[in-house]
Amino acid sequence: MTEVGGSRTAAEQVLDPAASWRPAASLEALRERAALLASIRAFFAERGVLEVETPIASRAASTDPAIESLVSHWSAPSGRQPVYLHSSPEFPMKRLLAAGLGPIYQICKVFRDGERGRLHHPEFTLLEWYRPGWPYGRLMEEVAELVRRVLERPGLEVEHLTYRELFRDRLAVDPWSADVPSLRDRGLELGISGAESLELDRDGWLDLLLTHSLEPGLGKGCLTFLRDYPPTQASLARVRDGEGPVAERFELYLEAVELANGFQELTDPEVQQARFAADLEARLGRGLPTPPPDAAFLAALVAGMPEGAGVALGLDRLLMARVGASCIDAVLAFPIERA
Amino acid sequence: MATYSTSEFKGGLKIMLDGDPYSIVENEFVKPGKGQAFNRVRVRNLKTGRVVEKTFKSGETVEAADVHDTEMQYLYNDGEYWHFMDPQSYEQMTADATAMGEAPKWIKEEDVCKVTLWNGQPLSVEPPNFVVLEITETDPGLKGDTSGGGGKPATLETGAVVRVPLFVQSGELIKVDTRTGEYVSRAKE
Repeated sequence: MTEVGGSRTAAEQVLDPAASWRPAASLEALRERAALLASIRAFFAERGVLEVETPIASRAASTDPAIESLVSHWSAPSGRQPVYLHSSPEFPMKRLLAAGLGPIYQICKVFRDGERGRLHHPEFTLLEWYRPGWPYGRLMEEVAELVRRVLERPGLEVEHLTYRELFRDRLAVDPWSADVPSLRDRGLELGISGAESLELDRDGWLDLLLTHSLEPGLGKGCLTFLRDYPPTQASLARVRDGEGPVAERFELYLEAVELANGFQELTDPEVQQARFAADLEARLGRGLPTPPPDAAFLAALVAGMPEGAGVALGLDRLLMARVGASCIDAVLAFPIERA
Repeated sequence: MATYSTSEFKGGLKIMLDGDPYSIVENEFVKPGKGQAFNRVRVRNLKTGRVVEKTFKSGETVEAADVHDTEMQYLYNDGEYWHFMDPQSYEQMTADATAMGEAPKWIKEEDVCKVTLWNGQPLSVEPPNFVVLEITETDPGLKGDTSGGGGKPATLETGAVVRVPLFVQSGELIKVDTRTGEYVSRAKE
């Protein structure tokens, strides 16, 4: 059994071919993975949430400018065409919701090109579930219950923060009104080396401050739910108009690690179509590929998807928390460098 | 001009930053699930040895530093520069005191050193891991002491001073580990 040393990924190590046939994870971690999956399935069985499977390879893909799909090919009767390995099972699962299947969950491998590091691997295991009729606040409670159960830490406390409170209280920045020069100045004041030469848009600067200065302090000894994001970071969440529009989106952090992302789901097909268009325009502007948006998903929204909340939770990172690992390689049988 | 994308970043990669050559010590990929990815790296300035941190937007490209290691034979010192020769091409190069660092303490003419070249010019010089040098001066020690427990200072022909066991005498050859500056054993030419 070979342990991956410290916090280094296999990508940083020179692999000895004679030893790299072995799993990166300890046998104990692999047994813990099976126990984690069994515990999650039991949790949803008790609650009457149905396990589903949807395609891993699809002719449509996520348009999110921050997510790159891995692309393969299918020899179709009409000719060879690209198929995209899903970066999340979101669109087909929402089609199942629109078809009336009720509360559903899925445990599946998802793929994201270009993501590799201590907490990232191009192929990872996602748990995604949907609660038709639920507000996202109630779903956050269920997420906390699941994590406490799976980690066998029933006393784990929960902390709630809004995105605005976090930036205001810890950085004295209002993420709704701060402009690019003031965000850049804040980054420099905080000592983020290289900030002076970064070319970022407003959300990019907010992401820089979040990842470098705020995330390290989130979820310390508790579950921290961060919610209500700027509308420009809505992704597939509903935007609530109010004192200032907020995206009804949440993220869960435990010990500075982002574990889950959830939404009060956007169900309006016209708004969804406009977001696809905006994503593709952003992609063109950055010289990124423009994959086909999921027309069947849009058609499902037109037909009517029930209002509700959904969440995606990274199981490899949850397993890291369960076994006390600091690098994702410690919970993967065969990281990409050995795959 | 060769460039590297952030996706090629890994420990040991040589890149140019603000006109200086750097070596990547550690590369951390940082990305919110929905948002901008960054590469947060620790890099060592190959001229000064200083390690600093720097954040890049993932997908950016950085100029590659033309840095590589080569084995060269030390020829002589002219008082200001150290002259080396490539044993294959017989091409000669000079290194200044900054590039030489600690190396002059250990090297003799004809020793083969690891010379790190930047744009074809010596950036740093590493002496062989082990060198054999003559002791030019040391206090006479007690005969029969072989423990080496206490030891005494000895000046070597290159001017370096190392601690040696009491039984080792002036005029003898010793083997020294240049990475630690420690005596290893007596030696024969």
